[in-house]
Amino acid sequence: MSETIWIILIGSLVASSCALVGCFLILRRLAMLSDAISHAVLPGIVLAFLISGGVGLLPALLGAGVFGVLTVVATDLMQRYGRVQSDAAIGVVFTVFFALGVVLISALSGQVHLDAEHVLFGEILYAPFNTWTVLGMDIPRAAIIMGGVTVLNIAFVILCYKQLKVCAFDPQLAASIGISVVFWHYALMAAVSMTTVASFESVGVVIVVAMLIVPANTAYMLTDRLGWMLILAVIAGILSTVGGYALAALLDGSIAGAMATVSGVLFALAALFSPTHGVLIRRRRALRLEPSDPNIGQAGP
Amino acid sequence: MSDLPPWLAFFTFTSVNVVFVTAGCMLIGITGGTLGSFAYLRKRSLLGDALAHAALPGVCVAFLLTGTKDPLVILLGSVAACWLGAITIDAITAYTRVKEDSALGMVLSVYFGVGVLLLTYIQQSGNPNQAGLDAFLFGEAASMVQRDVWTLAGAGGLACFCVVLAYKELKLLAFDPDFAHSLGFNRRLLEVFLSTLIVIAVAIGLQAVGVVLMAAMLVTPAAAARYWTDRLGVMLLLAAGIGAASGFMGAYASYLAPRMPTGPWMVLAASALFFLSMVLSPRAGIVPRLYRHLRQRRRTAEENVLRTLYLLDERRHRPDGHFSLGEVIEHRPMPLGTLRRVLLRLERNGRVRASSVGLFTLTESGRARGERLTRLHRLWELYLTSKLDIAPDHVHDDAEEIEHILTPELEERLLAALNHPETDPHARVIPGLRSRSEEP
Repeated sequence: MSETIWIILIGSLVASSCALVGCFLILRRLAMLSDAISHAVLPGIVLAFLISGGVGLLPALLGAGVFGVLTVVATDLMQRYGRVQSDAAIGVVFTVFFALGVVLISALSGQVHLDAEHVLFGEILYAPFNTWTVLGMDIPRAAIIMGGVTVLNIAFVILCYKQLKVCAFDPQLAASIGISVVFWHYALMAAVSMTTVASFESVGVVIVVAMLIVPANTAYMLTDRLGWMLILAVIAGILSTVGGYALAALLDGSIAGAMATVSGVLFALAALFSPTHGVLIRRRRALRLEPSDPNIGQAGP
Repeated sequence: MSDLPPWLAFFTFTSVNVVFVTAGCMLIGITGGTLGSFAYLRKRSLLGDALAHAALPGVCVAFLLTGTKDPLVILLGSVAACWLGAITIDAITAYTRVKEDSALGMVLSVYFGVGVLLLTYIQQSGNPNQAGLDAFLFGEAASMVQRDVWTLAGAGGLACFCVVLAYKELKLLAFDPDFAHSLGFNRRLLEVFLSTLIVIAVAIGLQAVGVVLMAAMLVTPAAAARYWTDRLGVMLLLAAGIGAASGFMGAYASYLAPRMPTGPWMVLAASALFFLSMVLSPRAGIVPRLYRHLRQRRRTAEENVLRTLYLLDERRHRPDGHFSLGEVIEHRPMPLGTLRRVLLRLERNGRVRASSVGLFTLTESGRARGERLTRLHRLWELYLTSKLDIAPDHVHDDAEEIEHILTPELEERLLAALNHPETDPHARVIPGLRSRSEEP
């Protein structure tokens, strides 16, 4: 029973922290960069295991964080100095890092016990059993880490709300009123890297991508206001977690996979039935407009 | 034969397995490079990445329905799922306000999530056949057999053949989709056609090199080829060649170190070729560009010194003044070391002569050069003030830049446009005009 609560709590923390930075990510049209970061951290994790000589958490987070930032920097440098278009730069950089990671894993297969699959899929099911003792209580490690990341992300979004908002919607205006777009780009990317890296252990990297992008887009379908978008994205993320847990229990399958599945379903529902931007309402509006609008009715031959 | 060292034994191709693996990897590289070029030009390089991830649920469903791991069944499953993924991406971007990058990311992560869910479901269900189904995430090129190679050759050949057949239409779509539409081509249909070809390229490579690395084979060879040419036909051939070369190198690397998977080595080889292209390609590479930039800067510095000496001469109304470094710097501030180096180069080129006491004077050719630069500078100032109505005190900086760039042809045009003027906006004589008009 308490494990169920811990799993849902950890999942919700992952979903919330991802949703908060994800909103800015999709507004800046950088959704695919999260996918790149999440794959490119692999060699960082392997190297950290190799250097620290064990399955330590802190080295892994550090190694992954370094490679996450490295991905962003390398992509930027290639665009600026190599004149590669942005999508190709992202594609080249993260696949190199990932290939490097897989090669390292194979080369060191005798020395480190690192399952690439585990890094990719993650298994939140085991998260409650790895605990730290705080104030005499056994609290799952993942819950503490994700709690910290969520608090950091909330603080980041609230304290830097104005800057993030203006950079997301109007970079030119931002530059003209003295807000450094480049600085806030890197600040956002650092937050994305940190969130990705902290989440990979409990839910796996590909699902982090789902949690970063999908709930934010669900919220984007429902509202035009950034504040509401952030709140709705967090709600959509938490709903995906709860629904995902139920679905996984039903099928006896991966919770992380089920979370992504449910988040996709939620997006589909929002995209179809949103009262403001939904596909159906737009179609109905278009149909209703046609006969009643005299200009449209009489324009044709 | 068997006593050859491994790095040579590879090239005898006596092992049938080696031949299949090498051929298979090269085929994947060729198909990926060719179709990746179109994805690159459509600025949709990451489509391959999204589709490769989207194949996972197809693999699982195909296995659930048939209970076998037959390559053809799995291939059909992944093609179907990829295709559905491509349609979903198009539908999301066409019918909702969601942007394309988000659509790609959502299809990638949600389809993959569904795939992971199904995969774990299959694993729990205890079907003994399922072992190795997840190999497709990382790929197992080393296990390729004859049948796989024929499948690859068939599907890849078909895709490349389609490119040849529809070359003109795809070219139009890649460079100017709106123009294609206005010519009466069905743009949506063409997009779906291209997506389908990319789906085929992704699906055939998945089992050999895995999800992420297949994405690389679509991006990297095309991006590398782009550095060498501006022509689509050449780019396609180059990308296919780079893809084939990386396939070959990947197979070679995993032959030498049998524990190593082939796919990652293929990607590393392709990436190495990409970085070489990015740094060295004469057309757009970083080093040649840097070299051109530095050469231009050096020339500009030389010309600035020549012009300064000329102006100092002009101010004294004497053609052969001797000037110290201090006088030059006073007129045009620059670091002393730079000025020394520039003067040394100019002396070697015979534009400047040094006299015994550390003074410098223009030679005949240096003087001609300085005169020409001054002429261009003043002509441009005059052009800006008389034709573009710019205030005379605002034209100097612009002229300072353009005097290094103007060609003799442009000079002629300027002279004609300004009716062969004699003085610039500051009432200084434009040098070297009278003598020239008297020459013929």
